[in-house]
Amino acid sequence: MVHVSATPVLALRGVSKRFGAVQALTDVELEVHAGEVVALVGDNGAGKSTLVKTIAGVHPIDEGVIEWEGNPVNINKPHDATGLGVATVYQDLALCDNLDVVGNLYLGRELLHRGVIDEVSMEKNARELLSTLSIRIPSVRIPIASLSGGQRQVVAIARALIGQPKLVILDEPTAALGVEQTAQVLDLVERLREQNLAVILISHNMADVKAVADTVAVLRLGKNNGSFSVKDTSHEEIIAAITGATENAVTRRAGRRSTEAAK
Amino acid sequence: MSDTSNVSKTDATEQDTVAPAEDPTAAPVAVVDPRLLVREEGFKGYITEFKRKIKGGELGSLPVFVGLIIIWTIFQAKNSLFLSADNLSSISYFMSATGMLAIGLVFVLLLGEIDLSVGSVSGLASTVFAVFVVTHGMNPWLALVLTIITGIGIGAIQGWFFAKIGVPAFVVTLAGFLGWNGLMLWLLGSSGTINIPADSGPVHLLGQNSFFMDQAVVGAYVLAGLGVVLALVGQFNDQRRRKAAGVPFRPTSEILLRVVLLAIASFAAAAVLNNASGVSNALVIFLASLVIVDFVLRRTTFGRKVFAVGGGIEAARRAGISVPMVRITVFAISGAFAAIGGMFFAGQTASATLNAGGGNTLMLAIAAAVIGGTSLFGGRGSVWSALLGMLVIQSIQTGLDLLNMNTSIQYMITGGVLLGAVVIDSVSRKSQKAAGRA
Repeated sequence: MVHVSATPVLALRGVSKRFGAVQALTDVELEVHAGEVVALVGDNGAGKSTLVKTIAGVHPIDEGVIEWEGNPVNINKPHDATGLGVATVYQDLALCDNLDVVGNLYLGRELLHRGVIDEVSMEKNARELLSTLSIRIPSVRIPIASLSGGQRQVVAIARALIGQPKLVILDEPTAALGVEQTAQVLDLVERLREQNLAVILISHNMADVKAVADTVAVLRLGKNNGSFSVKDTSHEEIIAAITGATENAVTRRAGRRSTEAAK
Repeated sequence: MSDTSNVSKTDATEQDTVAPAEDPTAAPVAVVDPRLLVREEGFKGYITEFKRKIKGGELGSLPVFVGLIIIWTIFQAKNSLFLSADNLSSISYFMSATGMLAIGLVFVLLLGEIDLSVGSVSGLASTVFAVFVVTHGMNPWLALVLTIITGIGIGAIQGWFFAKIGVPAFVVTLAGFLGWNGLMLWLLGSSGTINIPADSGPVHLLGQNSFFMDQAVVGAYVLAGLGVVLALVGQFNDQRRRKAAGVPFRPTSEILLRVVLLAIASFAAAAVLNNASGVSNALVIFLASLVIVDFVLRRTTFGRKVFAVGGGIEAARRAGISVPMVRITVFAISGAFAAIGGMFFAGQTASATLNAGGGNTLMLAIAAAVIGGTSLFGGRGSVWSALLGMLVIQSIQTGLDLLNMNTSIQYMITGGVLLGAVVIDSVSRKSQKAAGRA
């Protein structure tokens, strides 16, 4: 299904992170290959966001090694991460409502033509990018304020791609979206994989994870709690790994229902 | 039964029509969302588009033109001298000084902040200039440069307190409003007025009897022609580049319509000013500043940063923009324009007085920027609002002077106009939100 390269684009080896008295991450391992979508799942407080922030350079790691294309690297600030080719789309999309789509896509890295903002090239490239991703928005010249939630999400993801990253991190991209918009975003994730990008997808939604991810990495209480290939793993096995036991609220509920059905 | 067959039929047709657009190998046809309202061709299209924008709260410059017509009609009815060439010329001269303050304020308003100190800074600047030139006998041009640097420094200090320490901008600049006014009074000392020789460099240039190309009749038309040619060349150049890149461009008919309207307005203004005594140099400098600042705001990365910070601080920060730097720079620019405006005030009277930059100067400058269409809430506006708003404000001022109205009445009317402008801004923002545009 997917051509996975031998050397992972990004590998975390024994990464640990402490915040004061809290051990947020303990010896976490993670590998992402080009053309692979890795879903990072776990309950609230499992360390997903912290892990992503260590990769994005928001929080430097305390122990362990981050390998980029096989070579150990130091990521101490967001700039280091973007320099390597990591693009992060946070849950709050952080778009400027008053700027149009083109302005937002190129915010902070405007193309210049003789020292002046080159609106024409930016608009041309933006249209090309959006059409290769099959993103449909009414016009690239309307302010972000006029777009729907799903359209904003795809613009935010497209914006991450302007810098030609190798790894894209999506933090709960479908959390606030409706059925149609969720499908659009999942389509987009698949297109990122087709373009041979490595994708880390954080999600609470098992249906989304099953739909697009190749591998599921489960975090529990700041530690790895299994890594599964999506096609060989059942929904229940992943839930069990997330909650930490086969005996949990979800299985109890399922068991209760089956016994009720038996009656 | 008939229902289901209908449904399946529409489904089929929809798929038929959608399928070609989904085909990735197809030529990149601009797929237009069917829900998007596209402007119709021709003049009917302009009118429907215009109506839709008004309903959506995108008023643009409309309130200004309506206001200007009402104001001019009322004053002309009260005093037939109001629309005379001499009076219009005087409006154009006196609006330049406060207009310079309004330009600086547009920057600050685009950030969604306010600078209450511009009036005091302008007064202080005229005094600083007078002290340099009269008391210390400095070269007036060097004194001008130092005065502007003083303005930049004052603005940067206020911006630093706001951006780095986190003091709300209105408090910092309110302190400045009082503090810089105090410094000016201290510098003026007991005399209260410093007369500046009227022939000294910038003061002569900005004086009431200094005109572009020494009042040559051709001067005004040269300026009007220059503006029209610049607009024409710029628009067609843009159209050519957009055509070459294959992105939507403005049709030639629309460009010509815009340029013709601009030409009518500018040549009419030139004719009127020529009927009086010509185009004052103060107005020329004001207009040139507008063109330069408009270019900076719309076409440079700095301008884009200002809009970005005004539209979303977090988004700007994530995009790698240094928000504190943008804030400090913007307040420094505001201080610089306040200082330049102070030089204009000094030019009007050839002196530095206790009253310079006091009274309602600040209110007028803020009102001008807001009336012209720059939002108090940040991120929306254009520097041309300084020109349009000043036309309204100065018309009211000059009209009230012409009718010999008391200062008390002037203050009340100015206050009312400022409130009215902010009300229009707030209401249009509300309807923009309702129409999904804000």
